[in-house]
Amino acid sequence: MSASSPSSALAGAGRVRRDRFPGRPDFWGLLLLAPALLLLFGLFGVPAVYSVIGALAGKQGAPSLEHVRMAIGVYGKDILFTAWLVCLSVAVTAALAVLIAGYLTLGSNRLAVRILGWLYRWPLFVPMICAAQMMRSFLAKNGLLNNGLVATGLLTPAGSISLLDWRGVLITFVWKQLPFVTLLLAGAMASLDRSMIEAARDLGAGRLRVLVGIVLPLVRGPLLVGCVLTFVTLMSVLSVPMMLTADTPTMITVDMAYRINTFADYGTADALGLISYVMTMLVGWIYLRDAARQRGLSR
Amino acid sequence: MTGLRWIPRGIALGLLAFAVFGPIGNLLLWAFAERWYWPHALPSQYGLAFWARVFAPRADAWGSLGLSLLIAGLVVAISLLLAVPAGYALARRQVPVRGAVMLFFLLPQAFPSLPIYMNIARLFYSVGLNGTVPGVVLVHALHGLVLAVWIAAAAFAAVDRQQEEAARNLGAGPFATFASVTLPAALPGLLASAIFVFLDSLDEFTGTYFVGVPDIITMPLLMFNAAMGGNSQIASITALVLLVPSIAFMLVIQRFLRADVVAKIGG
Repeated sequence: MSASSPSSALAGAGRVRRDRFPGRPDFWGLLLLAPALLLLFGLFGVPAVYSVIGALAGKQGAPSLEHVRMAIGVYGKDILFTAWLVCLSVAVTAALAVLIAGYLTLGSNRLAVRILGWLYRWPLFVPMICAAQMMRSFLAKNGLLNNGLVATGLLTPAGSISLLDWRGVLITFVWKQLPFVTLLLAGAMASLDRSMIEAARDLGAGRLRVLVGIVLPLVRGPLLVGCVLTFVTLMSVLSVPMMLTADTPTMITVDMAYRINTFADYGTADALGLISYVMTMLVGWIYLRDAARQRGLSR
Repeated sequence: MTGLRWIPRGIALGLLAFAVFGPIGNLLLWAFAERWYWPHALPSQYGLAFWARVFAPRADAWGSLGLSLLIAGLVVAISLLLAVPAGYALARRQVPVRGAVMLFFLLPQAFPSLPIYMNIARLFYSVGLNGTVPGVVLVHALHGLVLAVWIAAAAFAAVDRQQEEAARNLGAGPFATFASVTLPAALPGLLASAIFVFLDSLDEFTGTYFVGVPDIITMPLLMFNAAMGGNSQIASITALVLLVPSIAFMLVIQRFLRADVVAKIGG
């Protein structure tokens, strides 16, 4: 960074001391790092290993797949439902985020862009559990959504429906995650070189075409990062499915809490946890493979 | 012609505004509703009676609010106490296997937390930390520490090296240099991470749900219990109390987190 500046050339004294033994590890650096690493090891490393052992150990402590088999046997439908609902939420969030970030980048009317930029951020730091409580009343039969539709004449009072089932969970997830993915995406789009966009616009390409054909491929990386982080977040949300729906199938987070609180059955709960790790790793693997391929293409 | 284009724009922005503020508005209505029966579109009576009940001198809400603030304060203290040296080491020292260490600090964000929390609860149960303030502080410190280390490393990396080197040349020792040059320059970033960690702890539900039972009822748990008990007014009032700091933070965050620090996160 500042290697060629005169002051850093003068400042060699501070560094020589460190480089005198190039093979020796930086003792002070490690000492500074150790407490944080130890705490993280205790609060994440140990429980993570425990959860995997808990899932794969049988009654006598020998490795066995009985818990996994039990989890799939009893909660197979919930596992598929969770994967489907989380993937759908991520897809809807990504699609809406592309539209909003796209308008923020390509929109021609400054006032509309400013209003949109002000509007979309509000739920950014709203806690998931607050979002769940809001949606519990908003989406209910007597909620503002139905009342609003009745007031505008789009719906008759008798035709109002409660959305407190999987649709409510989907809406809450999208409502909560949309600002985060949009923020990532709008940031990436704002740092793009505008000349290519201007050139395409000059040649007569419509805004939607520029968005899908030029802008989107260039922000593929940040979009996928947002999708992966959203997937991981939604995979461990307990409050929203608990508060919004009592239906079956439900999300496996609810099943894990139920196995522990009702039966103190850590084996099945850990097996469900292991299944959620596998789903997350699958998504992470897809992302890493795509990132590697993109890097290969750009070379 | 340009006026006509505001029709689709206005409809789209209006729908989005309804989607964003509708749920918040519904929460506000419930928080101030004293009587609201189906099929009335709006409450038939407004008032502060439920507020008085929630914030009565001996009600649960004060205890929960105090507990939540105490826990969040302790989480910030622990996280920053460990993250400042760790972030400095990652930004400035030649730590061996730095990439692997950074990856380890990323892993808790890349894994579903719930199975981790339930095993923390299981481990804490055997050492008597379940249902205690230190237990809940530790479970919140997991994500607090990760957030704080990443932001602290970025904040220290963004400090101008030449200023540190100038101080060293003038005879200041490493500690004096850190205290008088590096730390003050990184302070805005560290402050931002402290607010992040504080809010994260204040809003945390899942870890508290597993580790805090049965004695530690923070604000999110109080809200959850009220909601599951069917008391919409009390749940809405507690949700509103949690909502205010989150929205205030969203409105001021840009001033706290400078762009050059954000650019260094993960670097």
